[in-house]
Amino acid sequence: MTEYKLRTHNVRKTYGSVVALKAASIEMQEGEFLTLLGPSGSGKTTLLMAIAGLNNPDSGDIWIDGKLANFLPPFKRDLGMVFQNYALFPHMNIFDNIAFPLRMRKMPMALIRKEVARVLEIVELDHVAKRFPRELSGGQQQRIALARCFVYKPSIILMDEPLGALDKKLRETLQREIKQLHENLGITVLYVTHDQEEAMVMSDRICVMNDGSIDQIGTPNELYFQPSTMFSADFLGESNLFDAQVLEVGKDSVLMRGPAGMNVLGELKEPVKIGEQVKFMIRPETVDTDNDATRDNAVEGILKEVIVFGQITKYFIELSDGTEMVSTQLTCRGSSTIEIGQRIILNWAKTSTVILTNDAGS
Amino acid sequence: MSSKSEQLPSVTYTSIVRPRNWSRFLSISPAILFLGFFFIYPVVLLLGLSFVDSSGTLTLEHYTRLYEKAVYAKVLLITLKIAGWTTIFSILAGYPIAYLLSTVKSSTRNSLVIWVLMPFWTSFLVRTFAWIVLLGRHGALNELLLALGIVDAPVRLIFNFTGVMIGMVHALMPLCILTMMSVMENIDRNLVSAASTLGARGGQAFWRVYFPLSAPGVAAGGMLVFITALGFFITPALLGGARDTMIVQVIIFQIHEVLNWGFAGAIAMLLLASVLVIFFFYDQLLGLSTLSGESTHEHKKGVIGRIGRRLGGGVINILGYLCEQGGILIDKLTPQRTDRARRQGSRTTLWITAMTVIAFLCIPALFVIPVSFTEDGFLGWPPKGFSLQWYEQVLNSPAWAAAASRSFVVAISSALLGMSIGVPAAFFLARRQFFGKAALFAFLVSPIIMPNIIIAVALFYLYAKLGLVGTNIGLILGHTILAIPYVVITVMAILKNYDHRLDQAAWTLGANKWQTLTRITLPLLSAGLIAAFMFAFVISFDELTIALFVTGGEVTTLPKQMWDDALMRVSPALAAVATLLLAFMSCIIFSTEYVRRRGLRK
Repeated sequence: MTEYKLRTHNVRKTYGSVVALKAASIEMQEGEFLTLLGPSGSGKTTLLMAIAGLNNPDSGDIWIDGKLANFLPPFKRDLGMVFQNYALFPHMNIFDNIAFPLRMRKMPMALIRKEVARVLEIVELDHVAKRFPRELSGGQQQRIALARCFVYKPSIILMDEPLGALDKKLRETLQREIKQLHENLGITVLYVTHDQEEAMVMSDRICVMNDGSIDQIGTPNELYFQPSTMFSADFLGESNLFDAQVLEVGKDSVLMRGPAGMNVLGELKEPVKIGEQVKFMIRPETVDTDNDATRDNAVEGILKEVIVFGQITKYFIELSDGTEMVSTQLTCRGSSTIEIGQRIILNWAKTSTVILTNDAGS
Repeated sequence: MSSKSEQLPSVTYTSIVRPRNWSRFLSISPAILFLGFFFIYPVVLLLGLSFVDSSGTLTLEHYTRLYEKAVYAKVLLITLKIAGWTTIFSILAGYPIAYLLSTVKSSTRNSLVIWVLMPFWTSFLVRTFAWIVLLGRHGALNELLLALGIVDAPVRLIFNFTGVMIGMVHALMPLCILTMMSVMENIDRNLVSAASTLGARGGQAFWRVYFPLSAPGVAAGGMLVFITALGFFITPALLGGARDTMIVQVIIFQIHEVLNWGFAGAIAMLLLASVLVIFFFYDQLLGLSTLSGESTHEHKKGVIGRIGRRLGGGVINILGYLCEQGGILIDKLTPQRTDRARRQGSRTTLWITAMTVIAFLCIPALFVIPVSFTEDGFLGWPPKGFSLQWYEQVLNSPAWAAAASRSFVVAISSALLGMSIGVPAAFFLARRQFFGKAALFAFLVSPIIMPNIIIAVALFYLYAKLGLVGTNIGLILGHTILAIPYVVITVMAILKNYDHRLDQAAWTLGANKWQTLTRITLPLLSAGLIAAFMFAFVISFDELTIALFVTGGEVTTLPKQMWDDALMRVSPALAAVATLLLAFMSCIIFSTEYVRRRGLRK
């Protein structure tokens, strides 16, 4: 059996009558970047706190480096944590903040100076050592919080929505910086966010959480194109999601009856029975409006609205029974000759139809 | 027709006149004028008296006498010693409670705060009498110690330094707890978590991160206690012995017995000077702005500031080190098992400590209740039998009835007057930015810092000239001086949390300034305003020092009647009055709390 860097098994945590975390099991390889993604209240921060030792789980086990760590106090876990509001000590200057973990480890002063200078150089803020946290901008404070974490080389770094308080531009810059630091230093990172784009950009794997339990774990690609649950399909990216009934089951494909009486062909991934009620999902960017006859699926509707979102354009189409479908395409000059109110044929490949069986979605 | 309409705009433009400069200060001027005439002017007059002799010529004779007679230096030393120890004990016992209160969830905190505040609200004299009952030679505590066999003979707990300490710490600790709590509530809990993930053991994280951040609260609380303690005389007079005479008692003696106003003024000057010296050192160390609960992390540059910081840093290092070694030792004795939770001993200890202190704060007030039903002729423990005779005596006495009704009239009037002066001033301070704002705030709250005895004596002197001695008006004006700072502070605190955009919304919806104030702002602030009113009411209702002087011995208020009675004979009738007062005050507190909660629900 491979030794995981971090492993949790059925970790459960309740606050009074509220179950914050049901039974969370995750495994992380050394050097991996795993993101816990979910809406607020989905239990991701609770799981992170349990791993950090900042709350005691009601049941379940936590192993760090193959050793049981259920009730190990946080200061003995050899992990680093970056907090959402940075948690820099306001009464200490930047140097003392970064030196704090080294002092706690009884490092000699000369070495502390060297190490602090080293990490300040990594985050490109060597000129602020004498300043106090409140004298820095939000982005700078976040870099210092990262530096304070890197400086003592913890084996795992936990990050709790570290970029949540920053504006979009700065967030994107820091996302790339954290990603680079992760690759250059080879550290294991467990990251928490509710921003699905951030999760897609940064992670090796994403763990989608919903209502206190883990919904699906996979690479960003898997989660995006092959979600196994309704929730994951809906939470990551945009989707056209419909009810359907299975009509025929072939060798490698399934025929379904969808809304507005359309027949939909999908790839067979999980076994389904004829007559079974299922749902299927199609990403808007895989739906074409160019009436290409070679596609597996086609449906007719009326164009209701066209919205240009910068580099992409969204087409909202109403099917004959009133169901709405969205198609997303790259914006280019004069691309569309169709006018609002006109009939339009939508088509997509059967590989783009993701079938979600009902039990997975419930 | 068309030419007329073209001219209209120019007419409207010229009709917009910038408000005159003075009208902007309309809301603050009553506060300035009132405190200027009834507070600053008489105090300056009194202090001025110390520089003239009986014939009216300038002299320093009072100060040379103060310097030459060893007794006054000794009294000053005793005063500083008592105030100092009171401060130390208040901080040591209050810190765990403040810490606990700032870390529990808010519903638990609200109910605990009522108990912490209980002694703060209950009459000053009630508490002092309760201690007499509890600590006396045949008091409850001695009876308990004897019964348990801990001591063979009754211990002397009262009419000495111990008695003074118990009484004063009890009286002033709530002030200290509240001040420390206001700072602790703003400390980010994540910082301690961060410290522990960075490798700091529990004790280390506390001493290196939490404690330094709470230090401004400790200093502010400590200083408020120290300054207030300097002006105490009731507790040392009732619970202390002859050797525990404090400086205020000497001032009272000079005025009541010797009628030497000049010398009394000189002693008052000495008291004021010590207060100012302490303020100076505090400002050098931490900055006065920390007093309002704001934790500035500015480092003071002065020499005193640097020395203070070095000392503080050293102490924190030592304590942090000790805690770490202690933790390592515990780890060695009982190795940490990763599959089982360690018992949270520190949290339990904290709760036990806090509860003990809360019991210390609450029990005396509750103790007078059984005593008031005694059949005995004197105040003692345990009460004998059951009788309502003391209630009968109090309720049938015209003196008590007159005192009670006067206290009511005075307290309600001065609370109303204090509100009508203090609320506009608080709005002015909270909503405007101008040069000298901090100084103006300091001026408005200065009556808190000024020892009450100085205000009382100064008012007596002024009233003697105006013919206000012994009048209700004089008493109301005097209590209003004390009420204004509390009203200003309370209302400014609630205004800080008030969303100004609600007013702006009302304006855009067509309400004028007056409609906005009466329909939006005041209704939303009503809970806070009621709290401010209650605060002012209780301060006046419980006030003795000013009442003692400006009534001129002709009329009495409830506290003064109790004081006069106690000086003659400590009878169970006092316990009956105390119980009635306790019941009355509890009604006020709980109705305030009810109104506050209802306000929150909205």
